[in-house]
Amino acid sequence: MIPWIGQPLPRFEDPPLLTGEGRFVADLTRGASFLRFVRSPVAHGRIVAIEAPEQVTAFTAKDLRDVRPIRPLLHRPDFHPIEQPVLASGKVRFVGEPVAVVVAGSPEEAEDAAEQVFVDIEPEDRVISAPEAIRRGAPAVHDHLEGNVVVDARFETERVDEVFSGAAVVVDFDLRNRRQNALPLEARGSIAAYDPRSGRTTLTASVQSPHVVRTVLADLLGMPESDLRVVVPDVGGAFGQKFCLAPEDVVTAWVARRLRTTVSWVEDRRENLISSFHSRDHHYRVRGAFDADARLLAVDADLLCNIGAYSCYPVTCGVEPLMALAEFPGPYDFRTYRVRSRGVTTNTCPMAPYRGVSRPVITLAMERLMDLAAVRFDIEPAEIRRRNLISEFPYASATGLVYDEGSYVESLDRAVEAIGLEDFRDCQAAARSEGRYLGIGFSVFSERTGYGTSAFAARSMDVTPGYETVDLAMDPSGNVEARLGASPHGQGLETTLAQLIGDRLGVEPARVRIVHGDTDRTPYGWGTFASRSLVIAGGAARLASDRLAAKLAAIASAELEAAPEDIVIRAGRATVAGTDAGIEVADLARLAYHSSHRLAAGMDPGLTVTASYDPAGTFSNACHVATVEVDPETGGVRVDRFVVVEDAGRLINPMIVDGQLHGGVTQGIAGALYEEIRYDGEGNILTTSLMDFLPPTLAEVPTIEVHHLETISDATITGAKGLGEGGTIGAPAAIINAVSDALRPLGVEVAEVPATPSRLRRLVSESERIPA
Amino acid sequence: MAAGYYTPALMKPAPFDYHQARSVAEAVAHLGEYGYEAKILAGGQSLVPAMNFRLARPAVLVDINPLDELDYLEEDGDTLRIGAMVRHVTFERPVTEGPTGRILTMAAQHVGHLPIRIRGTFGGSLAHADPAAEWCVIALLLDAELSTRSPSGSRDIPVAGFFQTVFTTALEPDELLVEARLPKLSPRTRIGFQQFSRRAGDFALTMAAVALESDDGRVGNARIALGGVSDRPLRASEAEQALEGQPATGESFRAAAEVAAREIDAIGDIHGSADYRRDLVRALTRRALEQATAA
Amino acid sequence: MSERTKAEVTLAVNGRSYRVRVEPRRTLADTLRDDCGLTGTHLGCEHGVCGACTILADGQPVRSCLMFAVQCEGMDLRTVEDLADGDRLHPIQEAFWENHGLQCGFCTPGFLMLAAGYLEQNPDPDDDELRAVLSSNLCRCTGYQNILKSVRQAAEVMRG
Ligand SMILES: Cc1cc2nc3c(=O)[nH]c(=O)nc-3n(C[C@H](O)[C@H](O)[C@H](O)COP(=O)(O)OP(=O)(O)OC[C@H]3O[C@@H](n4cnc5c(N)ncnc54)[C@H](O)[C@@H]3O)c2cc1C
Ligand code: FES
Ligand code: FES
Repeated sequence: MIPWIGQPLPRFEDPPLLTGEGRFVADLTRGASFLRFVRSPVAHGRIVAIEAPEQVTAFTAKDLRDVRPIRPLLHRPDFHPIEQPVLASGKVRFVGEPVAVVVAGSPEEAEDAAEQVFVDIEPEDRVISAPEAIRRGAPAVHDHLEGNVVVDARFETERVDEVFSGAAVVVDFDLRNRRQNALPLEARGSIAAYDPRSGRTTLTASVQSPHVVRTVLADLLGMPESDLRVVVPDVGGAFGQKFCLAPEDVVTAWVARRLRTTVSWVEDRRENLISSFHSRDHHYRVRGAFDADARLLAVDADLLCNIGAYSCYPVTCGVEPLMALAEFPGPYDFRTYRVRSRGVTTNTCPMAPYRGVSRPVITLAMERLMDLAAVRFDIEPAEIRRRNLISEFPYASATGLVYDEGSYVESLDRAVEAIGLEDFRDCQAAARSEGRYLGIGFSVFSERTGYGTSAFAARSMDVTPGYETVDLAMDPSGNVEARLGASPHGQGLETTLAQLIGDRLGVEPARVRIVHGDTDRTPYGWGTFASRSLVIAGGAARLASDRLAAKLAAIASAELEAAPEDIVIRAGRATVAGTDAGIEVADLARLAYHSSHRLAAGMDPGLTVTASYDPAGTFSNACHVATVEVDPETGGVRVDRFVVVEDAGRLINPMIVDGQLHGGVTQGIAGALYEEIRYDGEGNILTTSLMDFLPPTLAEVPTIEVHHLETISDATITGAKGLGEGGTIGAPAAIINAVSDALRPLGVEVAEVPATPSRLRRLVSESERIPA
Repeated sequence: MAAGYYTPALMKPAPFDYHQARSVAEAVAHLGEYGYEAKILAGGQSLVPAMNFRLARPAVLVDINPLDELDYLEEDGDTLRIGAMVRHVTFERPVTEGPTGRILTMAAQHVGHLPIRIRGTFGGSLAHADPAAEWCVIALLLDAELSTRSPSGSRDIPVAGFFQTVFTTALEPDELLVEARLPKLSPRTRIGFQQFSRRAGDFALTMAAVALESDDGRVGNARIALGGVSDRPLRASEAEQALEGQPATGESFRAAAEVAAREIDAIGDIHGSADYRRDLVRALTRRALEQATAA
Repeated sequence: MSERTKAEVTLAVNGRSYRVRVEPRRTLADTLRDDCGLTGTHLGCEHGVCGACTILADGQPVRSCLMFAVQCEGMDLRTVEDLADGDRLHPIQEAFWENHGLQCGFCTPGFLMLAAGYLEQNPDPDDDELRAVLSSNLCRCTGYQNILKSVRQAAEVMRG
């Protein structure tokens, strides 16, 4: 039998999803009452009154006064905690903030009720953008926090100014990456059911981390954690937006307990756009010093991240600025680095990490730096990268991150070949003589994945995620059940883990059931985020499988009278190596439970094991190349080709891997060209429908060509590295570099993302060399 | 003070009474009875989203979907008569020979997506009067005439006076749009249709539709209609005049496009400023003219 | 809301007749999901853009979030629940499974019904036509690559 690892096995998850048998939160509301949140129409103000007519069941912060505010914490002196009441209390701080909740018998009636709640808010001065918020005298979003800076982190190596003053070339630029919404196609939602018999409350919620939600709910509601169960049904995408705690989920649980009934909250798209977590919104100023050979010597960066009105739990709003600070150097070798990275609160919707977290923006910054320098040195973008990429491993970066074995230069070379750089340059020149503008853009990056508690602890998080645990059991009939704390939602982890476990235990993956998303049935874990599940839950599954396999081998060795190390478990049988002697794995399982008197002395009956895994982390790497055509008259961009050369170590299921890349790249293209959340100066949000916030359709997405390299490092026990975010991290830089390359004859360099048609058109008309 | 009953996110319609019309007369009678309170429900592809957002909250809906009597296409000499309930999808293949059928087809493929085109109606699009709607621009280009019915009788409205501002037409609240009559373009007419939208299926940021004759190498009967640039679809009449009698060359087209970009009263929105809209008018008008006269 | 304002509606869905009492304002999508219990039809935007709610009405793909149940008496409605023939998946479902045309699966019913409605009337589309039609719906997970591949393969299989 061929090993299951490496097979493009169709997913076990699929049949119900294909036949309409999927069960998402909104499919489970039967018998529940419906909640509707009344949301603030004002960006910043004092609540004077909230009144509901008698026939409306409504609750406000006054009713919820025993509920503790959400208080995400980092233990570091440059961090100033801010609190969020689950319903606005005293003040509102962004348009869309929930100020009250109503309960009704149908979704329509809940909206009728919400419309009858009278809200009186006295507006105050507000701040919308980060630069505005740090200006002297700017209104404070949180009264105790003058200046609005929640986190202000710095890092500096020696001799920065000296290296800059001695540099042959200094490249200096600003970069603005505007605000996005992760936009899972299923918006958020939860159902809370109070069971009067047991006194327990079950929250069925579309979230990424059921155990964390259980803990924080217990903390905020002041109840024993054992009285809570969190269940995650099918989840229609999350991308980070469902990782941080939704205040609405807390309110939902509270109302269920208060009314001793079942209530549901199903977020709609408009609510999702207005008040679900937003992301990105960074302003950078970057300087890079190069020597005469175009080698990067030093980087000096000032990073400003708009974190919105509140900090997100558990990771806090520090996650973006701090990750940006630590990982800014990316795959480039330079030793001199100075950075200041700030998280700034404003009167806008709170932010949470979105696929890639800050890396799509820092990658964009480093890759813009490379391209701008290449122009100054008049060399190919690929060449300047080749001169600067790290190539010896392990490599320790200026900030002390240690990169394991990767294929940075190789991925670039493969990409150059796959795209046909020379031919492209010929076509580009020919097109330019016809007045057409083609461009090519590269993006080389590292993706730190699968990191455990040590990495998170470096950020001084009060809640330090990282490890995962797997409980693995073989039942008496030889079927396997693995229970995880990870909580996948579309990544195909059930199939991938079944392949991993199946190989180790010699059973068909179809006989391995993966249980997740139910705190009553699974060990404590951190859920699915940060490209970690395959590496960490997969590692734990591998360790647990090793333990279970060892026990099977021990039992078999006694039965077959052979040394345990001579037992080979494959294809459902345990055999003695080099002989025909063997026994079915299923028989061993039966024996372990039903004839445990035959087990060796001291061996526990049954076949259950537990293992945890908490790795330091590993770096995947990739090179993306895009070619585009830009229409300088309309500002329209067409992406013609997109090539990915990805190295994520060992591929367990290549089909699933490619799917992750396709989706990630598409979200990256979206961020580069299409999607933007906009506010007006008063803090009103202008993009409240999918006619204004524009996720691309198939018509905007080219064929995505994927090539793989497989560098196996010993940083993970399965050899697999994470890659869930890579597509999104690399694609914006490739696209933006390609657009800039196309428009360079017109004197245009893109500094604001997304590069929408109207922005590009403005750049073209502002540049002196306007086409006639 | 911001006091009121305003919550910025709603997604289910407010209550309404529903009437299914079994005839035009019955539909008109309902409109007569309820006036401002009532709205016609045609394809629902603009009205229902607005109702789901509770931006539109009619107390009464009069559903005209059952009215087969409004679902017809007829050629009457040089006129194409289009019943109000003809669905967008019908125009994906030419409904009449010659340039009129062709320009309808060129426009049709840009109206939303297939499922939208399957439900949405020609009459609904005109009555809705989105300044970026393809049918509004085409109706204006072809100098359509619109017929209505109301409790007080019928009325013909030339398209030139029909579109007043965003989502606002000359229709009275008790008036049902029943037919659009498009005078057919002469077979010699050359046509061009260009639009620019952010994504496939989105309303265009700007569109330009042109029709002209150029048999002897000179432009005659030039018409240019623009959508998405202002509070209603527009004819670029100065540009049309500027083109008249000019040689059908890139240079004339460029000059006319420049006139069009200057003469319009452009409006900006989150997808682009007024200046950007002018830039689009300039580019798309020129391209539509070139497209019309190419091969 | 008083019972008086509800209307009795009979819907023909997947060859079965459903009698439901709904307010006129209840959309077809909500009625299918909440009153008929057919939750395979999903809601991703409720304003016509995403296509997650796409079903077939008289054989044609439509947005069920933009129709009211009271409008749909007498229509032949089909939802994703009716696509498979018992345990036998429809060729489009098979193709999505084989080609990894879904990840979270939330958009999937809409894409399946869009493709089913389209291919029944246009059995031999070229790639440009397929791209144009499939751009009607949004998917946030797959980048559309494998959706296109799946539908292309399904078209071949269905042509036989
Ligand atoms: C995702 C999406 C994308 C779209 N993209 C485009 C696009 O690119 N281009 C475009 O042009 N349109 C687009 N549309 C809108 C679509 O074309 C609508 O079908 C059209 O605007 C309205 O036609 P309807 O039949 O659906 O009218 P309805 O939505 O039923 O009605 C619209 C308005 O017109 C009134 N009305 C309708 N018929 C009559 C009548 N006979 N007499 C009097 N009043 C009447 C109604 O009362 C209502 O006020 C899009 C819609 C969606 C959902
Ligand atoms: S839910 Fe109907 S189109 Fe999005
Ligand atoms: S598979 Fe998740 S939205 Fe398409």
